Amino acid sequence: MYAWWWRVLPGPWWVRLLLSLLAAAGVVLLCFTVVFPAVAEHLAVNDATVGG
Amino acid sequence: MIRRAVGVTGELLVTAGVLVLLFVVWQLHWTDLTSGRAQAAAVDALQERWATAPAPTASAAPTASAAPAVPDVDQSPPTGDAFAITYVPRFGSDYAVPVVEGIGAEELQDGIGHYPGTAMPGEVGNFAIAGHRVTYGKPFHRVAELQEGDAVVVATAERWYTYRVRRHRIVTPSQVEITAPVPDRPGEQPTEAWLTMTACHPMYSARQRYIVYAQLESSQDRADGPPASLAAVG
Repeated sequence: MYAWWWRVLPGPWWVRLLLSLLAAAGVVLLCFTVVFPAVAEHLAVNDATVGG
Repeated sequence: MIRRAVGVTGELLVTAGVLVLLFVVWQLHWTDLTSGRAQAAAVDALQERWATAPAPTASAAPTASAAPAVPDVDQSPPTGDAFAITYVPRFGSDYAVPVVEGIGAEELQDGIGHYPGTAMPGEVGNFAIAGHRVTYGKPFHRVAELQEGDAVVVATAERWYTYRVRRHRIVTPSQVEITAPVPDRPGEQPTEAWLTMTACHPMYSARQRYIVYAQLESSQDRADGPPASLAAVG
């Protein structure tokens, strides 16, 4: 999977590395702003109320 | 072929592991940072609004009686509105968290949530509030450190209310009687003003709830300055 990703990226190794880092940062941002908040709603591991 | 499939599966599993770790970091630290900052800003905004607000509305100036009660907010604010600030000297002299109407997930990210329909600060009955013990600013992180006699001070637009911790207990999430007007005694007519704090228990679990009961000791006008009960504990 990651070998394939490395193969399809264009340019010399440092361009590939830069692109990979950018992609990783994008994934983290998406997780922090959209995915994790949505998942947390269903987990409720720290529900603090009674009768909910 | 099989070799390749195993390789890809391994990479996927490692990726999933990294994502789960990321989630833990986000939940335990990131939500703390962002919610903590938002809550501090809400406290500042409330204080500014109260400082610049015109004199208390009509409410027939609560004549300098030392007696507690005389609620200064007789109607529940709209869900999501911050209407009070809670101070707990035991949690540090810089501890100040907004109290927001409602106990939904969103409200508890904005501060301490007020159970809708329960008494308002200072009112006879039970001012019931819920807070996170971990994550989202964790306002009740140290709730289990509270000792009998500790002050829980609630500030509203017009008054300061000092509650004193009386006792604590651990209940299941379905024991709603703790928010009854007379805590633990649903159906009884309240004659005293209580404050009930609820938080998850044990920490990092939703199995039980940690409950702290505090009783109203005194209240004073905002104009008279902050109460002595705000002084740090030893």
